[in-house]
Amino acid sequence: MGRSAVMAPVPSKLYSDDVSLLVVLLDTNPFFWSTASLPFSKFLSHVLAFLNSILLINQLNQVVVIATGCNSCNFIFDSSSVPANPNLENGRMPALCSNLLQKLEEFVTGDEKLSKEVLAAGIGSSLLSGSLSMALCYIQRVFRTGPLHPQPRILCLQGSPDGPEQYVAVMNAIFSAQRSMVPIDSCVMGAQHSAFLQQASYITGGVYLKPQQLDGLFQYLSTVFATDLHSRRFLQLPKPAGVDFRASCFCHKNTIDMGYICSVCLSIFCKHHKKCSTCGSVFGQAQSDGNSATDRKRKTPET
Amino acid sequence: MNDMEHRKTNDGKGRRLDGEEEEEEEDEDEGNGRGLDAWERAYADERSWESLQEDESGLLRPIDNKTIYHAQYRRRIRSLYSSTTTARIQKGLIRYLYIVVDLSRAASEMDFKPSRMAVVAKHIEAFIREFFDQNPLSQIGLVTIKDGLAQCLTDLGGSPDSHVKALMGKLECSGDSSLQNALDLVHGYLNQIPSYGHREVLILYSALSTCDPGDIMETIQECKKSKIRCSVIGLSAEIFICRHLCQETGGSYSVALDESHFKELLLEHAPPPPAIAEFAIANLIKMGFPQRAAEGVISICSCHKEAKVGGGYTCPRCKARVCDLPTECRICGLTLVSSPHLARSYHHLFPIPPFDEVSLSLLNNPHQRSSRACFGCQESLLIPGNKPTLCVACPKCKQHFCLDCDIYIHESLHNCPGCESFRHSKIVSVTEE
Repeated sequence: MGRSAVMAPVPSKLYSDDVSLLVVLLDTNPFFWSTASLPFSKFLSHVLAFLNSILLINQLNQVVVIATGCNSCNFIFDSSSVPANPNLENGRMPALCSNLLQKLEEFVTGDEKLSKEVLAAGIGSSLLSGSLSMALCYIQRVFRTGPLHPQPRILCLQGSPDGPEQYVAVMNAIFSAQRSMVPIDSCVMGAQHSAFLQQASYITGGVYLKPQQLDGLFQYLSTVFATDLHSRRFLQLPKPAGVDFRASCFCHKNTIDMGYICSVCLSIFCKHHKKCSTCGSVFGQAQSDGNSATDRKRKTPET
Repeated sequence: MNDMEHRKTNDGKGRRLDGEEEEEEEDEDEGNGRGLDAWERAYADERSWESLQEDESGLLRPIDNKTIYHAQYRRRIRSLYSSTTTARIQKGLIRYLYIVVDLSRAASEMDFKPSRMAVVAKHIEAFIREFFDQNPLSQIGLVTIKDGLAQCLTDLGGSPDSHVKALMGKLECSGDSSLQNALDLVHGYLNQIPSYGHREVLILYSALSTCDPGDIMETIQECKKSKIRCSVIGLSAEIFICRHLCQETGGSYSVALDESHFKELLLEHAPPPPAIAEFAIANLIKMGFPQRAAEGVISICSCHKEAKVGGGYTCPRCKARVCDLPTECRICGLTLVSSPHLARSYHHLFPIPPFDEVSLSLLNNPHQRSSRACFGCQESLLIPGNKPTLCVACPKCKQHFCLDCDIYIHESLHNCPGCESFRHSKIVSVTEE
């Protein structure tokens, strides 16, 4: 790399192509982890070893961890922030471990408390849209720091199934990531494939993987997801077998490959209807000042 | 009281009139005698150094462009949001837009560097890409005006590259400009599109006159009857006929002051305009959602008529292979889209409300722990000295955000991180409605 010849290190010379900022979205949904084949503690040990290896690959690499809970999301760890305890060195083990684990524990207990106040509606999915939005806001902040910044990417470690009520928000986040050229990698640990993450990785140019053996998670993480964006051009990373872009109809939630679209609100129907259930427009006639009440609700494929 | 007010308004009016006259005279003087350019005027008249300020210790305070920029942006967002929600105007999502480029003699003027035509072409390219990004189901066509005649450069289509290539190949200007010919041509084409589409024309007009074969007022009335929304962006000066056209058809008229202003005005036409309800008939459009073929499959694609390996899409009705979406199947005519294309427009239907500014008195309250860092990017909201800076809060989830996150959330992300990160707040908002 030729860094040894410089006497006083000039930052621009150290910023080679492969400096990366990795934002990890960690799924902490207890409803998933209680039934998963890999216990949460073992999973954390794989992830911590992986995060440490990222920080070792390049001294300027940065890691940020955001926890995706069942009722809330929050920042857990940022390797570039000043540690609370000045005795422990910045960003290196064991500071990485203890800081991260402590904050994660606080987050999980807080998340669980919120669960008691909330009705059990739509439980089973975690708030992926929230953590994706927070990750993208953080990445925008990194872009604002100037021309020299690490190449950001997002890694979703997701186990919970997709929540259909988050469809619009997740798609908004995906398009924003595509515009900012931030790839979204996905490692799905649940039983089924995640359609949201397949589309996310396809649209943004990231890697989608569903590991077959969860015991070897660290190997999957370090061989597939550890490489920076510049080096990915030289590697053969797993390509998805097929991405399902079919839509689901608003009336029955079936996946359809031919359907009818309302020209006003773009809702998808599988059969011909006289009236659109989302926006209230009557088809075939000039519309009146439609159904105003239905505009307000966040209409998603579920409702 | 009334007399006083009356006198005041008279004085005000009198003074204003005088002031206007003086300004006009000054302008004429400058126009005739001194001929100052805008950059010269910044030194001679506007004296930009006088807007610098000093703080208590005598050091120069930098001009805070950030808050000015943010204030402008907030005004724009507020006006957009209030007009759409209070009037319950829906947006026209399926748009058929014709861009009319004026390539008459006036387009070779060099007040925009290197020439008006080059600047227009460059920004049209950016506009086309932004337009298809925000309106994936819409189509654009290009028309040019040259030598008093209007010609169709590209037909209505959904592929940005073909339009851009055609435009870049035809950049020569000569002759007069004819507004009526352009409108007649566009009117003829737009009459053929399906009834659920919104018909729009965007005219980029450089000339100061128009040479028409007949009565342009009749043409304008016909456009109005066919519900075509015509907007004009002028590059030289305001022209009455353009203003009349836009007023009659419900479009917007603006004149660009310089290149960056032109870019801003042009990009304002990218998001869907508020649709006037009677303009387009609601209809159910039959569309297909093709699956992506597996990587190793070899088939003959219907758009290029040659064998291709893997990576295409299969039309669900006739099983023909197409290369990319959205497109119309060449064999059976079915519109083929993927669900992300539809999802790109959903944020127009579910906009997030503008964030409210947090008053500084609330920020100084020691109980407000949440305002220490921006919820989205974790940037500290306190400047050194523990004084809080300006921040905004979402009216629904009450989380605090910094100004840059506010702009990013409303212009690009269209999700409030606070509302998305709390399941409780989601359920509250649904039950409230």
